[in-house]
Amino acid sequence: MVTILEQVFRDQWGRVLAALIGFLGDFDLAEEAAQEAFAIAAARWPRDGVPDNPGAWLVTTARNRAIDRIRRDRTLATKTRMLQVAEPDEAIVTATTFPDERLELIFTCCHPALAVDAQVALVLRTLGGLTTVQIAHAFLVPEATMAQRLVRAKRKIKAAGIPFRVPPQHLLPERLVTVLAVVYLIFNEGYGGRGELAAEALLLGRALAELMPSEPEVHGLLAMMLLLDARREARFRDDEIVLLADQDRSLWDEAQIADGRAVLDRALALHGHGPYVVQAAIASLHADEPRDWPQIAALYGELARLTESPVVELSRAVAVAEALGPEQGLDIVDRLALEDYHYLHSTRGELLRRLGRPIEARDAYRRALALVHDDAERRLLERRLAELETSTGPTR
Amino acid sequence: MKYLLLIHQGDSPTPRSPEAWATLSEDEQKAVYADYQAINQAPGVTPGLGLDAPETATTVRVQDGRTLTTDGPFVELKEAVGGYLLFEADDLDAAIELAARIPAARLGGAIEVRPIVEW
Repeated sequence: MVTILEQVFRDQWGRVLAALIGFLGDFDLAEEAAQEAFAIAAARWPRDGVPDNPGAWLVTTARNRAIDRIRRDRTLATKTRMLQVAEPDEAIVTATTFPDERLELIFTCCHPALAVDAQVALVLRTLGGLTTVQIAHAFLVPEATMAQRLVRAKRKIKAAGIPFRVPPQHLLPERLVTVLAVVYLIFNEGYGGRGELAAEALLLGRALAELMPSEPEVHGLLAMMLLLDARREARFRDDEIVLLADQDRSLWDEAQIADGRAVLDRALALHGHGPYVVQAAIASLHADEPRDWPQIAALYGELARLTESPVVELSRAVAVAEALGPEQGLDIVDRLALEDYHYLHSTRGELLRRLGRPIEARDAYRRALALVHDDAERRLLERRLAELETSTGPTR
Repeated sequence: MKYLLLIHQGDSPTPRSPEAWATLSEDEQKAVYADYQAINQAPGVTPGLGLDAPETATTVRVQDGRTLTTDGPFVELKEAVGGYLLFEADDLDAAIELAARIPAARLGGAIEVRPIVEW
């Protein structure tokens, strides 16, 4: 029973909360009511059984609780007004279905008038159902800081009049960029090691793909996340980073790769050619053996054109080095203004090593080491440096 | 919702500094006037009163019962409020769209959108 409850919670929290926020127009009130409803469910369902439509049951229960609360709290004029607006809508929640307003919710949480860290926290709290403590731990910030961040964001939504809606057509493209960036950011945090965030990002990606089936970039993002995440198990061995070329392919999740490719096909069928679709296509090519380096290099070129990002140029340099030779790769690397980026120096180090220039390679690896923060990345660089020094003999 | 839109001219050229103003073409100058006029007439807008240049401001503080005055605005000259207007709208998106139409926003200045608390 506990697991069924957890599953229902997992599946329904976002939808239930979104419907309640849409109905009540107040994040805090909706959250309290949703929590109460889930608590009642936890007490009642083991005894009475799970209702046919758990989501609708939860929304109805939560809504009734919220209305009770508002009635007890009549002195608050704004809430009373809200109740007057709310009551005629009764029909929508007594039915067995209730409106899916998760899209309204995610666009509200990702409104550009909120800071990015607030957007991320709100999405995880409201749609993901993570607790403040869980979010704080995932982002390595003190709980009080995260609580404060959520309180401030919710207060701003209300005070500044951030609308609860899917943006109108003329605002949609830029707002969608923000939403996708938030999901990708959550995924990236998780990809760096904290798996629960990557799983959360995948759930959000799936929900978005379901809610916005005709947006190619939504499918592109989901495909990219699925394809990258499919290699998760192979990326670390005994806590050490394993580079793609050295990964044990039997650890790749083949089913998920197939799933990612199917999602990518959908994005391509919609004529998608935005940055996420291109990144998904690159991730798909990386899952092939042998890898089609000229094609990968060409796609990185396309991505660099779309994003104007020197970091993407660096990836292109790696692909060009594989396709044409280290010299050609190094030419690109040496034109990039990324002096403070440790991957620039580790890439230079690797290319110089292949070119038989070990002294320069060693210096490049040392510069990378001086810039790296992540422990696993540091150990990888130290191993590379040690290999270089045994192969070249004692230096200096 | 009611919003106060605070217009910060920042580096944007205004007729107050003829040299900077001259960097705009005649068409651009006309567009600035036309845009401000259109905004002042937009539904929901209550135009603000004209403020003189931030250089003419006097900042007042009281310390130990004594009134202290300093020459100039509370913030840096460049950050001072150059004008304002009131806007009644459905939501923040509408206020952001109006703010984006104010010429200062595209000419090197910025608009601060502040919700007004209604008691």
